[in-house]
Amino acid sequence: MAPTLEGERPGMAAVDEGDPPRRGRRQRSRSDIVERRAAHLFLAPWFLGLALITIGPILASAYLSFTDYSLLEAPNWIGWENYDRLLDDPRFFQSLKVTFIYVGVSVPLQLAFALALALVLDRGIRGLAFYRSAYYLPSLLGSSVAIAILWRQIFGTEGLINRVLQALGWDSPPGWVSTPEYSLWTLILLHVWTFGSPMIIFLAGLRQIPRMYYEAAEVDGAGRLRRFFSITIPLLTPIIFFNFVYQVIHSFQSFTQAFIVSSGTGGPADSTLFYTLYLYRKGFGDFDMGYASALAWVLLTIVAGLTAVNFVAAKWWVFYED
Amino acid sequence: MHGGVGEPGGTANPVPVGAQTAVEARPPVVPAGKRGTRSARRGRSGRRMLSHLGLILFGCFMLYPLIWMVSSSFKPTGEIFREPGLIPTNPTLDNYPAGWTALDSDFGRYILNSLLIVAGAIVGNIVACSMAAYAFARLKFPLRRMWFAIMLGTMMLPIHVVIVPQYIVYAQLDWINTYWPLIVPKLLATDAFFVFLMVQFIRGLPRELDDAARIDGCGHLGIFLRIIMPLAMPAVATTAIFTFIWTWNDFFSQLIFLTDPDMYTVPVALRSFVDATSRTPWGPVFAMSVVSIAPIFGFFLAGQRYLVRGIATTGLK
Repeated sequence: MAPTLEGERPGMAAVDEGDPPRRGRRQRSRSDIVERRAAHLFLAPWFLGLALITIGPILASAYLSFTDYSLLEAPNWIGWENYDRLLDDPRFFQSLKVTFIYVGVSVPLQLAFALALALVLDRGIRGLAFYRSAYYLPSLLGSSVAIAILWRQIFGTEGLINRVLQALGWDSPPGWVSTPEYSLWTLILLHVWTFGSPMIIFLAGLRQIPRMYYEAAEVDGAGRLRRFFSITIPLLTPIIFFNFVYQVIHSFQSFTQAFIVSSGTGGPADSTLFYTLYLYRKGFGDFDMGYASALAWVLLTIVAGLTAVNFVAAKWWVFYED
Repeated sequence: MHGGVGEPGGTANPVPVGAQTAVEARPPVVPAGKRGTRSARRGRSGRRMLSHLGLILFGCFMLYPLIWMVSSSFKPTGEIFREPGLIPTNPTLDNYPAGWTALDSDFGRYILNSLLIVAGAIVGNIVACSMAAYAFARLKFPLRRMWFAIMLGTMMLPIHVVIVPQYIVYAQLDWINTYWPLIVPKLLATDAFFVFLMVQFIRGLPRELDDAARIDGCGHLGIFLRIIMPLAMPAVATTAIFTFIWTWNDFFSQLIFLTDPDMYTVPVALRSFVDATSRTPWGPVFAMSVVSIAPIFGFFLAGQRYLVRGIATTGLK
């Protein structure tokens, strides 16, 4: 790679050709070609990955979703049958419901915590770096198996929470992860617990707001509240939007927590049956690859759809300075 | 994520990489007109004390489960439920050797598996993503905007959409229960997040350096290796640290591609430890959980600066 790129350096062979202006143009175009070739070489791994690891499998999964592939025999084309089955599948709807509740509750809560803490920390408090790190730590660990295991213990029948509740006088509190009414909420709590990473993004965003806006507003007699709602919030909307879009996409794909807390079942009574968990069980438990592919395409459609809706809705509430 | 998505050179992100100081502490601002009487000042410092107290209490509340897990790993299993407190009454180290040897292979094997995958992933991400990033940030080629937009788009793609066909292909290549399905994609720059991170960083480097190197006879490879890479070390460090943490924590793909107990990684082994018995031996389980998150904690302490900057830069987790 090196010799070709460096050997074809512009301006060496072109020296004794034609008149100056033409030579200039030729030179430029030759260097363009060299640059283009270099770009393609530098991008070669990425192009290969895009084709083999991303686009290829997306198309393959579209095809498989119209077949009844089970890994053992060659796939059979069965038309829309997998999608028809989806519509009659109560567990599919249950997994959608669970996931939508999870995303719909945990993302706004998480971002509210993140923003509130960012605002508190942004007021020039001493020891900012320390607090920031302490609050960020759960974000790094939140998706790990170890923390999911910890959650399973803490909210179990014989868990930490119940021990505390008993000490407070509640004789037999329920097992939070083993009761269908509560199990999903323990996972929502786990997600809210990881508010540290959006908090850091909010903090960085708050730093971008020019001080002089506040000073000018103060001179004009705007109070604390007024400054918050008329300066901080509008200027922060692009970051709120970014965090929101990212967290929705991200939390829609949550898997580990539900898998560990429910021992891979999505139970009790399918109350933690995340969409991805159902997909996993269909694809890699039952080896119903065709059906799993149909589930995957529905997931892709939902995530893309939600993101598109978010971007359209942003026109009404996200404020851009320019 | 602004209007400028898919536009190299545009502001695709709220926070520029160069804004290293952006997340550092800002000194407290006391408006001149408010430097009031002594009692007012005391009131202010009282409020400050109060907010510190609040922040510390909240931090303790948040971190309590973690600290409790660490302390519980030094308690006999029977005591874990009885003691919500942090100081073990009968401290013991037994949980660690018990957990270490509880599964078919000892835990060292799983740690080794995890480390091998992590090492491959780090090398792959650094090499492949920085190459792609250099092209996106510095070189002109046809349809650059379109490819860049596609790259950003793949960041949003759920892995679940591609996992089934990937599994089928890897099964045909006989790659199930090998490290390859977890490393090869990284060598092909499929972690678009890091490409984006490095594009943002490289855009912040002055182009004059490239031009100077070009005049001195450097080709694109020379510029990339001798100018861009040395200067992009902070972005490389961020990439390495995040790759470590994400790959170490990754469960979904490791669960799918590694089913042979000898090939288990730390998270997969932990999971089978919890689910193997009907009555979970919490002491040893917590001990191994602590072992599993210790490296992340170590990287967190060592690489905080890069982590915070990395998140602020790309706005991603």
